[in-house]
Order: sequence, then C-alpha cells, then structure tokens
Amino acid sequence: MYSQGLRDSQAGDDLPELLEAFQKRIDAEEKIEPRDWMPSAYRKTLIRQISQHAHSEIVGQLPEANWVSRAPTLKRKLILLAKIQDEAGHGLYLYSAAETLGESRHKMFEDLLSGKAKYSSIFNYPTLNWADAGAVGWLVDGAAIMNQVALCRTSYGPYSRAMVRICKEESFHQRQGYAIMLKMAKGSSEQKAMAQDALNRTWGPSLMMFGPSDKDSTHSNQSMKWKIKRFSNDDLRQKFIDATVPQAEYLGLTIPDKNLKYNDKTGHYDFSEIIWDELFDVIKGNGPCNQQRMDARNKAYNDGAWVREAAAVYAKKLNNKKEVA
Amino acid sequence: MKLYEVFLRAKAGLSHKHVGSVHATDAQMAMQNARDLYTRREEGESIWVVDSTQIISSNPTDKAAYFEPAEDKIYRHPSFYPFDKEVKNI
Repeated sequence: MYSQGLRDSQAGDDLPELLEAFQKRIDAEEKIEPRDWMPSAYRKTLIRQISQHAHSEIVGQLPEANWVSRAPTLKRKLILLAKIQDEAGHGLYLYSAAETLGESRHKMFEDLLSGKAKYSSIFNYPTLNWADAGAVGWLVDGAAIMNQVALCRTSYGPYSRAMVRICKEESFHQRQGYAIMLKMAKGSSEQKAMAQDALNRTWGPSLMMFGPSDKDSTHSNQSMKWKIKRFSNDDLRQKFIDATVPQAEYLGLTIPDKNLKYNDKTGHYDFSEIIWDELFDVIKGNGPCNQQRMDARNKAYNDGAWVREAAAVYAKKLNNKKEVA
Repeated sequence: MKLYEVFLRAKAGLSHKHVGSVHATDAQMAMQNARDLYTRREEGESIWVVDSTQIISSNPTDKAAYFEPAEDKIYRHPSFYPFDKEVKNI
C-alpha cells in the first residue's frame, strides 16, 4: 500500500533538522512522494486541500445535472453528460491522491456528507437558465483552470500528477461552455438576454473562487513556502480577469462591474472591491443552494448503500468459493 | 472496499505505467472501475490492476544504501571510454 511507510515518516516529526532538510528539498524543486518524510502540518494541509478539492468536483456535478434532462439538443446533452462524468473522475483522482497521505476515503466521504468538510462555495449557487450551463463551463471551469494549471507544479507528487491529468481534460469543459455562450449571445434577443443574465450572476462568485484576498488568507504563507501553492489568490484572480474580459467582449456581453477598466500603467484590468461578506456567508452555509446540495449528496450516498452491500457480499462469496476449491 | 493500483499501456510497444488507484470489492470491479476512470479519452489499450497490499516497495530511508553505490561506478557508462575521432563505429 502507498501509505504503508506512514509510521516511519511520522516518527521524530518536527525535529528542526528534519524540517530544515525537508525545506531544502522543496527549495530545490524536488517533489515529495507518499512515503517520504514530511512535516505533520504539511500532510495535514495537503489532506485538507486535496479533499476539499475532491469534494468540489463531486458537488460540482449537481448544478449542471439540473440541465441534463433539459439540454436543448441531443448533442448538448451528450457533451454535458461527458463533462459531468469528467467531474466525477476528477473527484476520484483527487481522493486517490489524498489517500496516499494516509487519509481514508470513507472518512473523507463522511466529512463531506456530515457538512464538516467544505467544498467550493461556487456550487451553492443555482443554474437558473440554459445559459448558466454555458457560464459555468466558461467562467467556473475557467477559474478552476487558472488554479489548477498552477497546481500542476505543486510540491506533492501524487497531487501534481492528478492535476496534470485534470488540466488535460478541463480545457474541454471551458470551451464547451464558451461555445454555449457564443450560440446564445449571437442568437435571438431573448437568448442574448439569458446569456447576459447568466454572466451577471456568475461573474462575482467566479472571482470569489480564488479565495480571500491575500491579506486575509489564513493558509497562504506556509503553503507558498512549502510550494503547495505556487501563486497567490490575488495574482490568479487578476490573471483570470485579464484573460476573460476580452472573451466577454467577443461575445458582445457586458461584465457586471462598472469599475472594470483596463489600466495602461499596470497592463491589467482594474475591478471593484469584492463583497467578501457574501463569500463568508455562503461558506457558513447560507448560500442559495447549500442545503439542496447536501441533501442531494446524502440522498445519492444513502440510495447507493444497497449496491455497496451487494458488492461486498458478492466479493465474500467469491472468496469463499476460492477457499473451497 | 479494497484499494487497487492501476497501470495503463498507452499502446503496443510501450510498458504499462502507473496512473492512479481505484476502490473495488473484487478484481473484476477494479478492472471495470479502472476502465471507466482512466480510459475516457483513449489513454490506453491495456490495463493492469494490482491489489495495492501486494506491492512490495523500497523504503525512502533506504535510498542512500540502495542507490548511492551506483554513483561512483562511472566506468559502467560508455562515456567513460573516450577515443580519438579516427576510431569509428564503436
């Protein structure tokens, strides 16, 4: 098992010379692999971050699932199904990476289902019209790509490899979303209004996906030092805005921020101060769909209990047969 | 549920490469889950799944004892034997 060296690597944790040797490896851009010695706080931070990331992929299926049975054409329905299947896959890659740190998948599931673990607050917003399926792909997956491309170089080997895999698949998500937006934005005036409405509602929460401002981010400094994170929240947010504004212009849609303006001096777009109270409120559980998402996850898990039980009984039966033979 | 490690052969002529892991109650389910999870985009044409408890791996703490002795045996590399340009096809 990947984690079988766990006891070794935890022995003598936090001795200054071990911490120093570890930091040296990080500074030399060496990747850390599952059975290597690592500080317990490094392990804990990674388990928290990777499992939250996995939960976000899993819960992220739900807002889009709303449109599977309502997709306007068979082609769009197939594309949407493929995307949602990818999200499930991404969740599994990440659970698999978190397990290499000694965390059990069962425990991670329990923490999600009980509400103890967090997931990205963006998925607590509803998808009200078909253009939301487009806006989610374009903006939510677009913001996720910014984060994830940076994470491909994260210092923990299994996390980095999972991110490389995910990034390869994620570009399809963003492009199919933009394709929906393009169709809507160039369609009838009603369609264009739907596209604008979806952009209006998705823009703010997408910017919040990068997390609190650097000055308020609780986990940032140590994570940057350990190269778990490679770029700050604010840097990635700015990068996302700079990349996305011209795409909105091409669609002929207006980004809902009256202070958004290209700054010749900095070479970046200026934008309004983000309303952080909203993010913290949604994280606390008061977003429009928090309860609905948790209910859907719990229902899916409970409804699947008989399948897990049947599989376990079948495996036992196979084993017994082997022993007899 | 058991943990199985998954290895894929991208195409004939290449060796299988570790890609991740899946949970399953038995080998057949592990194979099906590996196929669903790791080959959605033609990443492979052959899959190995291995019960992860069956893998015997070296320990990172043995790294020096295991691998350092090779460092000072540079005479095992062809570049240790330089010749004049006149010597060809060797």
